[in-house]
Parts: sequence; structure tokens; C-alpha cells
Amino acid sequence: MSRGAGYVLIRNEKLLRSFSLFLNYFRAIKSLHHIIALLKKDLLLEIRQQYTFYGILLYVASTIFVLYLAMNQPEENVWNGLFWMTQLFVCVNAVAKSFLQENAGRMLYFYTIAGARDFILAKLLFNAVLMVVMSLVSLLLFQLLMGNPLQHPFKFVGYACLGGCSLSLVFTFLAAIAARARQGAALMAIMGFPLIIPQVLLLMRMSNTAFADVIQAGLLQIILLLVALDILVMVLAVILFPFLWKD
Amino acid sequence: MRQSWWKILSIVLLLYCFIGGLLVPLPNRIAYEDSNLYESMRNFFFHVPMWFSQLAMISVSLVYSIKYLRHPDLHNDIYAAEFARTGTVLGCLGLITGAIWANYTWGTYWNNDPKQIGAAIALLIYVAYFVLRNSMTDIDKRGRVAAVYNIFAYFIYIPMIMILPRLTESLHPGGKGSEGNPGLGGSSLDPAMRAVFWPGVLGWILLATWITTLLLRVRFLEEKKLSR
Repeated sequence: MSRGAGYVLIRNEKLLRSFSLFLNYFRAIKSLHHIIALLKKDLLLEIRQQYTFYGILLYVASTIFVLYLAMNQPEENVWNGLFWMTQLFVCVNAVAKSFLQENAGRMLYFYTIAGARDFILAKLLFNAVLMVVMSLVSLLLFQLLMGNPLQHPFKFVGYACLGGCSLSLVFTFLAAIAARARQGAALMAIMGFPLIIPQVLLLMRMSNTAFADVIQAGLLQIILLLVALDILVMVLAVILFPFLWKD
Repeated sequence: MRQSWWKILSIVLLLYCFIGGLLVPLPNRIAYEDSNLYESMRNFFFHVPMWFSQLAMISVSLVYSIKYLRHPDLHNDIYAAEFARTGTVLGCLGLITGAIWANYTWGTYWNNDPKQIGAAIALLIYVAYFVLRNSMTDIDKRGRVAAVYNIFAYFIYIPMIMILPRLTESLHPGGKGSEGNPGLGGSSLDPAMRAVFWPGVLGWILLATWITTLLLRVRFLEEKKLSR
């Protein structure tokens, strides 16, 4: 072939490659748009249907009040243990509502307009934020009612946020699985407790340092391990969720 | 007996491992002088191969779960379930033999040691897997949801048991207080023990696969009968 035709072929290929790069960039922006739209939808629903948010707040308050009546003002490691157990059960209840209250038709609608990946990312982020808010509220109530044995309160606030985030990521994906099995929060709890045990152990060890000046060797390792676990759970959820919703 | 060579091999290897495990001379320093293990170290030839073969069964179950998600064939789902079943039983056995060993060396049956906790977590995860499977009646949905849970749980479980015992102080060898590869007792395994141990691992894995193939044959016969 003549030089002219080959030259046009190469130019077209370059154009095609740069166009596909542009398309990828465009697709990422569209993805971000979807995620933000879904987040806004969830937030709006929470603000309007106030029973969900206030329901969880009431659950937190009642649990802590009952704990206070039962234990009065426990000493440090009991305080710590009770705090994380409360977080666990609050998380199960808070996250269960996110998937198990929507009916199948609405879920299908969201999947078709936004795609499975964006949907699960939006749910993961929303539940993480919700759980962080609940963690801070329950920390406040704990300090009010159950005494304040914390030596480093700001560190503990950070630990509570990280812990709430970690717990909510695992339970969100398990809620998706339980919703598919049409089974409800009990099955979600059964599946969730074994998987959450390592994270709870790490969280307990980490948060012990906020009480007396306990030197926990490898504290940074523990924090990095928790963050790495969170990233692992998010990656697994994003990869596996599209298989779940196919019907 | 179909394909009998590897089944006979597994019996031979297991007999070799049992007899050798009870007869092989233990390394003097590790077993008798430095610790309170004495002859109970021989449990090493039983407890650890069971655990290795549990890991092998669970890994094969994972492979079939991934295969199911790529090609939704009922066979892959049944394979995944039966391998997970054998893995669960082996996990129970590993936990029980470990607890008996712990009673004589560490004082009590349950010590809150990270590896023990990891083994208990594995048991809970796979029992939850079977509860999840039984909660659904639609075959396709069951296969898909169970496969997703299997993959999710495996990829959370394996990093946990690899990392957690190394990070925290553990009574098991290889925890923070001691050096060496966790599970192989010190920086390197005595050659005489090694000669009995690795064939034993292979023997247990082959035995577990044999049991699983029998379970699979029963399950496929049931399926054939139901679909008539």
C-alpha cells in the first residue's frame, strides 16, 4: 500500500487510543456522579423517613441506658469491652435496615440505572458514615452515663471512628448477601460474627492504649492492619457484588 | 474401587506417618530439654497434617466457587459444598486434637491463643456457610450466593490466620515471643521429623479428597434420582 494509506491508519490508531483514554476518564466521572447521586438519595431518605435514623439512635440510647443500670460505672477494660460490643450490635441493626428494607423492585431499578459497582460503593460509603456518626453518639453517651476512664479521649474518638467504619463495611456486604437470600438480619448476624472477630480483637487491643498509659508494641502495625482489612473488604465487595445482583 | 492408585497411596502414607510418628526419635533439645513437650510432641504428626489438609480442602472449595461464578454449572456448586464439608470436619478434628495437646502442655483445653481462635473462627464461618446454603431452596440462587459468601469469607479468613498469630503474643511457636515459622516448631524442622511429617500431610490430603469424592458420588446419585 502507498505511504499515504499507512500514515492515515497510524493516525487513526492514535486517535482511537486517545479517544478510549478520554472515554475511561469520562466513565470514571460518570461513576462518581452515580455514587454521589445514590449517596444523596440515601441521605435524603434518612432525613425524610426519620424513623430509621431516630430508630437507631433510640436503640443506641436504650442499650447504653440498660447497660448503665446493669453495670453502673465499670472499670476500664470492662468499659472498653462493653463499648465495642455495643458498637457491634448497633452496627448489625443499623446496616440491616439499609438493604433489608428496600423491596426487590426498587433494588432492580437502582441496579439498572446506576450499575452494581456504583450501587455497592454508595452503600458502603453511606453505611460507613452512618456508623461513624452512631459511634460518636454512643461514645458520648458512654462517657455521660458510664463514667469517663479515658486518658486520651481524642485518640479514642479516632479509634471509635475507625472501628465503626471497619464494622460497617463487613456488615454492609453481608447484608447484601442476606438480602439476596431473603432471610433477614438473623442470618446476617450469623455470617457476620465469625468474620468480625479478628477486627474486634484488633480494635480492643488498639483502644486499650487510650486508657492507662499501656505501651502497646506494634500499635502502628495494628492500625495499618485494620486499614488494610477495610480496603480488602471494599475491594472484595466491589468485585463480588455484581455476581450477587444478577437475577 | 475406581482409580485406586492414589487411594492405596494415601493409606500407605498414612500408615507410614502413624507408625513413624510413634517411633521416630524426637529432637532432644526441643522436645525434652527446652520445653515440657516430651512425647506429646508426637501429636505434631497428627494435629498439623489435619490442619494442612483442612486448608487444602477449603482452598479447593474456593476454586470451585470461583468456577461456579464464571460458569454457573450445578456440578461446580456441588463440588464446592462437599469440599467445604470435608474441610469443616477436618477443622473440627484439628481443633479437638489441638485442644487435647494444649491440655497437656499449656494447662487448659482452651487458652485464647490466636491460632486456636483462628481455627474456631474457620469452623464458625463454614457452619454459617452451610446454614446459608440450607436457607435457600432455589438451586441457582443458592449456588451463586453461597459461592459469593465462600469467596468473601476465604479472603478475609486467610490473611487473618496468617497475620494475627505473628502479631500477637502466642503460645504457638512463631508468635511474638518466639521465632520461626508458625506451625513448624522452631526455625527449622528436625530432618527425621520432616521425613515423617510431609508424607503425612500428603496422606491426609489424599484421604480427605477420597472422602470428598465418595460424598460427591452420593450427591450426584441423589441429584440424578431427584431429576427423574
